[in-house]
Amino acid sequence: MVIYGVALLSFCMLVGVFVGDLLGEAIGVQANVGGVGIAMILLLVLSNFDSRELKLSQITEKGIGFWSAMYIPIVVAMAARQNVFSALSGGWMAIVAGVAAVAASFALIPMLAHFGQGGQNDS
Amino acid sequence: MILESLLRVLSANALITAFMFVGALVWLSYLVSARLTRGQVHGSAIAIALGLVLAWYGGLTTGGNTGLADIPLFAGVGIMGGAMFRDFAIVATAFGADLGALKRAGFVGAISIVVGVVVSFLIGGIVAVSFGYSDPIAVTTIGAGAATYIVGPVTGTALGAGSDVIALSVAAGLTKSVLVMIGTPFIAPRIGLNNPHSALIYGGLMGTTSGVAGGLAATDPKLVPYGAMTATFYTGVGCLLAPSVLYLGVRALL
Repeated sequence: MVIYGVALLSFCMLVGVFVGDLLGEAIGVQANVGGVGIAMILLLVLSNFDSRELKLSQITEKGIGFWSAMYIPIVVAMAARQNVFSALSGGWMAIVAGVAAVAASFALIPMLAHFGQGGQNDS
Repeated sequence: MILESLLRVLSANALITAFMFVGALVWLSYLVSARLTRGQVHGSAIAIALGLVLAWYGGLTTGGNTGLADIPLFAGVGIMGGAMFRDFAIVATAFGADLGALKRAGFVGAISIVVGVVVSFLIGGIVAVSFGYSDPIAVTTIGAGAATYIVGPVTGTALGAGSDVIALSVAAGLTKSVLVMIGTPFIAPRIGLNNPHSALIYGGLMGTTSGVAGGLAATDPKLVPYGAMTATFYTGVGCLLAPSVLYLGVRALL
């Protein structure tokens, strides 16, 4: 049933966000630490069980697949509710700081990617 | 009379209105992509850019802080694009992702998060100093804002920064998030952002969940789970490092 997939997805997200919240409190920061990431790992692990009884049926998978396919429209809605106006009216300093941080981070991707790949070949 | 009841129906069913509106926006964007750019610019990149323009318009006309969603007719866009549905959809994209790729990049992924926080913080701090700020708390708060628009206010509040400085740090973080959304599809071919491995590093370096979610959607949706995985730890790491170690570093230097 489709709802089984949706329920499994909801279960993973709630557990992940809950653990992320506890993690944030444990290390003393006022933020959720990796909740969504933990939820993704949980979903991956639960949906990769190879035993017969736990294998998801195709219809169950549709309940997850639908939300995965809704990703882009949801991101478009997310873009439409960003506080773009205040980002642009924050003054030059805020804009320069944001732009410079992005440029530097982009520039670092090839370097770190190379480092990671190299390590992989060595081992 | 007819218009009034139409508006009433659309507002009363806000989320459904948002589904229809976003669907039309995406359709229009793919049409523009195919006809005007011959597929050169991805339809989703255009849709996200249009969304941001509409968000700017919403902020301009209402003075609110949730973009288009502050216009009552489009309140549903706020629900659909809010953190709850965003995170739900991100988790769903993990279904079918390559667990092996995630495991292999675990170490470099973790490194990229710390490097990402420190580099953005340093750059933000340097910009603040060059614009004449010399108070360590202000410089730290603005540097933290250059990490993400959540790290900025969390750090500023923890250190007791003024509300004007906190507002600036949020603006820096918002600028970063908007730029990552728009810039990623254009820069992706140059920095080799076309495989799970580099997507994990990208997520860790950028860190803004909204920016990464939008940027990868416009580049290659298959990369979303990898980028989102590392990005989701970034804000937490930033909130941990900025008010503590990084603040002490700034205080020692200034």
